[in-house]
Amino acid sequence: MIRIANGQGFWGDSLEAPVEQVRRGPIDYLTLDYLAEVTMSILQKQRSRDPKAGYAHDFVDMIARVLPDLKERRIKVIANAGGVNPGACKDAVLDSAKRQCIPITVATVSGDDIMDRLDDFIAQGIELKNMESGEPLSAIRTQVRSANAYVGAWPMAEALAKGAEIVITGRVADPSLALATMIHEFQWKRGDWNRLASGTIAGHVIECGAQSTGGNCQVDWETIPHLEDVGYPIVEMEPDGSFCLTKHAGTGGRITVASAKEQLLYEMGDPVEFITPDCVSDFTSIHLEQAGPDRVRFSGIRGRAETPFYKVSISYTAGFKAIGSMVYAWPDAYAKARAADRILRARLEKLGLRFDAIRTEFLGANACHGIASAEPSPKLAAQLPEVVLRVGVRSENRAAVERFAKEIAPLALNGPPVVAGLGMGRPRVEEVVAYWPALIPKTAVTPEVALWPSES
Amino acid sequence: MAKRKLIELAHARSGDKGDTSNVGIIARQPEYYPILVREVTADRVKQHFAGVCLGKVERFELPNLGALNFLLHQSLDGGGTLALKADPQGKTYSSALLRMEIDADPV
Repeated sequence: MIRIANGQGFWGDSLEAPVEQVRRGPIDYLTLDYLAEVTMSILQKQRSRDPKAGYAHDFVDMIARVLPDLKERRIKVIANAGGVNPGACKDAVLDSAKRQCIPITVATVSGDDIMDRLDDFIAQGIELKNMESGEPLSAIRTQVRSANAYVGAWPMAEALAKGAEIVITGRVADPSLALATMIHEFQWKRGDWNRLASGTIAGHVIECGAQSTGGNCQVDWETIPHLEDVGYPIVEMEPDGSFCLTKHAGTGGRITVASAKEQLLYEMGDPVEFITPDCVSDFTSIHLEQAGPDRVRFSGIRGRAETPFYKVSISYTAGFKAIGSMVYAWPDAYAKARAADRILRARLEKLGLRFDAIRTEFLGANACHGIASAEPSPKLAAQLPEVVLRVGVRSENRAAVERFAKEIAPLALNGPPVVAGLGMGRPRVEEVVAYWPALIPKTAVTPEVALWPSES
Repeated sequence: MAKRKLIELAHARSGDKGDTSNVGIIARQPEYYPILVREVTADRVKQHFAGVCLGKVERFELPNLGALNFLLHQSLDGGGTLALKADPQGKTYSSALLRMEIDADPV
């Protein structure tokens, strides 16, 4: 049996979680997910300004804190912290190990970054069509800011087999981070589709951090103990592919069949066809049972052969946006916010401003659930203590968005009464970096594994 | 006929893939699952999210988990960074669906 922990569900997650996973109980592997879909474009921008940037700095700081513990407890780390520059991330980790005089072997997994090859692909007839709209990439080619294939578990398993203690990758499929440890430890092979699917589902269950251990859980949320000290998830994987979801003893949170089911359904599409680079997993085959306190056993998982494609995540610029807010107070807060919206829109119209999209929401009245399901009754609406008017615009034309941003604050003095700003000044105009999902034949992408032992 | 709010019979989680939101609902007791299958149809979910979900609604059954998964196409104002919504990832659509009133008589 091996223990695989997750210590980071996204870039911006708890800085303490990975440290606690290492120190508060036994684990064999620590996996960390730092990359959201739009993160790559931000990292690409950073690298274009500085060739030594473009990776998750939080990861380097975290490794510096726990390196002695990792060595003492023989814990190995796999993280997609390399972003668009795994080499620079590796250099930073090796530098920090050197300063502490701790020898360490780091591996990088790269080859996922296909930004420089897009024109070659298009020339070869690989159109990189948008999976949602069907449009070919050529439609937005000049706006592309980053392009990365979601690589699978095999190159990471290879890095572990070659003796890596820390594996730093670029873009990889999130569940593959955990699956790689199982392929390495249990010598699973292509063709062991049921086991590979088990490992993939185990990876999916822990990839969002505490969301499987009591965080964001709807069942009896008010009685879930000590979320201030919530334990992050750990999978105890058996060689046959069955596993338990658990967390360190003495930590907060709660693991039940219900909390596990909620995480299984997160971001799910067709449950019999959960496609990752390594296999196709069938969520309708999962058998769950409560195997003890804070312990859920998974078994019976079935899978099928991998597809011949990698998913590709491409980011591109798509104009500009700004979002502004004002707070209206009792009485008739909702009616005042709606009146202010009408006034604002009439002024934008008078200025001749045109937007690709304009959207108004009334936070406190119906913003989250929409007018159809959640419109407050007239009696309740009149009594709401406050309502936030939130208006956003998007346009190719930066000047139009900037002008909009200057029309919010005046409402404080020249619109409906009893209004407060949110104290944030004019809304910030930001460039929109949008996401273009596509598929690419696996034969077109070659993941590269390199080992970097620290100099002794 | 006993009308009850879905939240009494199920819990839920939602997430996103581009402009498509997924809402998974899970029976709080095994005996509630057939009621969910009977009552919470793709058509009813489409009606429930009128004005929010502009595309089709697909439903998938997971009897092993006592759960249904719905895909709400074109429901996130373009999705991701394009969306101007306060909740561009539809994270709160889980409890939005649980507002639905259903006939909760045993199957």
